[in-house]
Amino acid sequence: MLLSRTANNLYWIGRYMERAEMTARLLEVGSRIALLPSAGHGYRNDWESILRASGTAEGFARKYGDPVQRNIESYLFFDRDNPSSVISCFERARENGRIVRTALTSQVWDALNSAFQELRALERQPRSTLELSEINEWTMRQTALLRGAIDATQLRGDGYDFLMLGYSLERGDNTARLLDVKYYVLLPKADYVGSGLDSYQWLLLLRALSAHRAFHWAYGGEITAAKVADFLILNRRCPRSLLTSVTLSADWLGRLAGTYGRRTPAQDAADALRDEVAGHSVEDIFDEGLHEFLSRFIVATGEIAAQVHDCYLSGEAR
Amino acid sequence: MAEEIFNEMYDGGTVRDIYASLEDWTTAMPGDLRQMKQAEAEALFRRIGITFAVYGEGGDPDRLIPFDMFPRVFSQDEWRRLERGIKQRARALNAFLVDVYGRGEIVRAGRVPGHLVYRNEAYEKAVVGFVPPKGVFSHIVGIDIVRTGPTDFLVLEDNCRTPSGVSYMLENREIMMRMFPELFRNARIEPVDAYPTLLRRTLASVAPERCEGEPTIAILTPGHFNSAYYEHSFLADQMGVELVEGPDLFVEAGRLWMRTTEGPKRLDVLYRRIDDGFLDPLCFRPDSMLGVAGVMDVYRSGGVTIASAPGAGVADDKAVYTYVPEMIRFYLGEEPILQNVPTWQCARPDDLGYVLDNLGELVVKEVHGSGGYGMLVGPKSTAEQIASFADLLRAHPENYIAQPTLALSTCPSFVAEGVAPRHVDLRPYCLVGDKIELVPGGLTRVALREGSLVVNSSQGGGVKDTWVLAE
Amino acid sequence: MILTVAHRTTYRYDAPIRLAVQSLRLTPSVFDGQVTERWSAVVEGGERGPGYRDGAGDWVESWSLRGPADAVAVVVEGQVETRDLDGLLRGHRELVRPPVYLRDTPSTLADVMLTDFARDVAGSESEALAQAHALAAAVTDAIAYRPGTTAAHTTAAEAFAQGEGVCQDHAHALIAAARVVGLPARYVSGYLLAGEDGTAHEAAHAWAEIHVGALGWVGFDPANRCCPDARYIRLSSGFDAQDAAPIRGIAQGAGSESLEVAVAVAAAQQ
Repeated sequence: MLLSRTANNLYWIGRYMERAEMTARLLEVGSRIALLPSAGHGYRNDWESILRASGTAEGFARKYGDPVQRNIESYLFFDRDNPSSVISCFERARENGRIVRTALTSQVWDALNSAFQELRALERQPRSTLELSEINEWTMRQTALLRGAIDATQLRGDGYDFLMLGYSLERGDNTARLLDVKYYVLLPKADYVGSGLDSYQWLLLLRALSAHRAFHWAYGGEITAAKVADFLILNRRCPRSLLTSVTLSADWLGRLAGTYGRRTPAQDAADALRDEVAGHSVEDIFDEGLHEFLSRFIVATGEIAAQVHDCYLSGEAR
Repeated sequence: MAEEIFNEMYDGGTVRDIYASLEDWTTAMPGDLRQMKQAEAEALFRRIGITFAVYGEGGDPDRLIPFDMFPRVFSQDEWRRLERGIKQRARALNAFLVDVYGRGEIVRAGRVPGHLVYRNEAYEKAVVGFVPPKGVFSHIVGIDIVRTGPTDFLVLEDNCRTPSGVSYMLENREIMMRMFPELFRNARIEPVDAYPTLLRRTLASVAPERCEGEPTIAILTPGHFNSAYYEHSFLADQMGVELVEGPDLFVEAGRLWMRTTEGPKRLDVLYRRIDDGFLDPLCFRPDSMLGVAGVMDVYRSGGVTIASAPGAGVADDKAVYTYVPEMIRFYLGEEPILQNVPTWQCARPDDLGYVLDNLGELVVKEVHGSGGYGMLVGPKSTAEQIASFADLLRAHPENYIAQPTLALSTCPSFVAEGVAPRHVDLRPYCLVGDKIELVPGGLTRVALREGSLVVNSSQGGGVKDTWVLAE
Repeated sequence: MILTVAHRTTYRYDAPIRLAVQSLRLTPSVFDGQVTERWSAVVEGGERGPGYRDGAGDWVESWSLRGPADAVAVVVEGQVETRDLDGLLRGHRELVRPPVYLRDTPSTLADVMLTDFARDVAGSESEALAQAHALAAAVTDAIAYRPGTTAAHTTAAEAFAQGEGVCQDHAHALIAAARVVGLPARYVSGYLLAGEDGTAHEAAHAWAEIHVGALGWVGFDPANRCCPDARYIRLSSGFDAQDAAPIRGIAQGAGSESLEVAVAVAAAQQ
């Protein structure tokens, strides 16, 4: 038994930490792509697509107008006006953690709190002394530390399930968005598909997900859109694939249903999405259209999240 | 202040036995080690997140209360007397509360003026005629005690609602034991860590009669923006109970429920850390978002116990304080073991005259205030400040009491220059349920500024670990 | 006199509510002036919690109603035999001490004008009872009965300055004035049988009680220039209108609330 509000806080710690990591990974992809010689369409579009992937394009445009790399870096990393910026995510995760201090082990709280304190110190440093890759690496390190602390110390109770559910729902959503950006936004013209630039971008994407070595090991040979899509959508061995994420979400919801002795619509929705994704082949997906498929996945994930709220986090369900 | 100030470490020119080990410890400690330890203590406090935000002052919400590593020590004899005095007072205060919400015998007998009770803002009409389980209104009584000489302990004020600071008592000890284990090996110091267990037992013992089985207890906090939030969450954790906010609770079918992932769960005892006025928008402030609509009806019909009981504040009002010795005589038939500080009631014309003539030597306090915001410390004030305060006094004398500036005892403290005496007070936390319990210790607050008598954490006070030596 | 009451209060919401919680003081007081023959006060479709008698002698019942619901209806139906006691609250058991009712609330705080008025009116009398009568009469004169000129949050001082209002304003003004001269005073909610000539105002009614020494609590109805008699049914009391409200409730939901009240008080055939 957990206070609904506590479950809510734990769930959002998971979501925010995963989102922080994804924002940093996006920034990494963006900065690498920006180093490429322009391929007809500009530098500017690349960055815009990054903003769009993180769902922050509008907020950025309102505040800064044209996407200039320095501004984008600030906006995605240090800007509190951007709810998905790394600092916003860390701050909110830490705030959620502070509220449920007693539901966290001291190692987990330490990891959350120290990361927040370090980030505040980073924030005070002159921006010119901070390399983007350094702060991105710092972010990965902190999120990994937290995951490690959770894994090593957190009691495997319902609180843990909500925490992990937050991670897995957010991860599926984020991978889908990242993939969508690469395929749909970054390379809008069909001519580019299969070009050198295309495969280089895929490589960057895999790198940003720390997945290129795993990819090579699993597929070998040329990097193609079909292989990457298979890897990031359907491969159960890829820790960030949509299937892995939604399977995990369904597992956590299954555990909760078991603990509480009550099946919920949230679990039904997660099971249905998992089975649906598992029933696809990469050909099916390309036939439907990758963008369409991904959009559908993002919406379905949002519906699971809404069910989780109604069934567990509002405290209303009998 | 003509009187000599008592330094608790010394008896005449010699170090008292109970401080001997500390004397050796400080003499042996090199300055740089001390600074290192001080930094370590601060880092530890910050790591565990024990911070204090001064209400209404803004500023850094993660501010620490300064921790002074030099412990304050009581002998077993000193403590035994304090303990008897504190428990006596806690019993009398609760007897008073039961009485004034019932037949009001003490007022009928003319021992306490009726207007101080019945016209007091803290007197809750809504609980008149109700006797809480076990006849306890104030379950945690924090009694602020000052010392003016080797055997002179005086009660400065009582806190019957939700006295804060007990987390500091526990964390101060924890950090001292972590940093200086050798001190605890050498001196035999009574432990204080039973407090959360005792608090839990105390609260369980006052569960409603209708509660079947093990009562479910929760702490109600105004939320994580509250300056004492750390303490609320610390206590919930240590007691193994839920920490709830108003929106986590609701009333249905005459009982109080908590929203959980498994659906509504019934609550039996609510240790609330919000003021009466915010408890129930149906009964008190209709705009309150912090409380639970309908909880007072549940309380009055015996469906939940609220600790401290609504209305308990009438016993700790500074004007009522003057009559606590009278309560002890009236209800317990005993003589007070701990004395009050002499107090002038500005509402009385004679007293007011005296106070106005002697403002420069007195401390004047608001009767409904708290936290040292609306007070005048005569000897530390300018002529202008005194003059403008005199106007306030003349306008609303009934809002004020006055006390002499006391020669508060000092205790050695670590300051920038080394070790120096600083003024201290003491807040022990007395638990009242089916039994009365007091852990051997309390929160010692220290005025870290040289010569300052104000120990409030909101005005630059610090805290110390407080030792009671075993025999 | 035997009075019958039918009183229905409906709260409607433009979006369904999740939960409603209500605290009702809708049961006739127990004193020599009234005997309840039959009475029921319920929240339709709601669940009754345990009731209790509070320190002021009122019977309080807690109700809850689980949504989703578009409306909450509080329904009162009953019959009471009443007697004229010249406004005296004889035989009423209560534990709250009269001095408690010297405390001001925002709606009964006297301003300079009302303070001067109270001292002026009461100054010519030396007996508490005479002072109370004088104040009640003076308040009736000072505030004309004019519905729609004041609102629920209008204070005693505002209504007095304005010189018009409804029974709530009359009661607030009298309470404020009485407290100024040291007489404990409180707000009373209840029902009133409208006269055939239509003179009596408002079937769901409010008046004041003033504590006058040995006589104890005495009712005054400045809106009708009289003391409560057999046409009155007393329900609950408090420092002011809000504190004495017979229905206090809250609904959890996103919508806004509208209120409908239907009340009928009739004299039964004898």
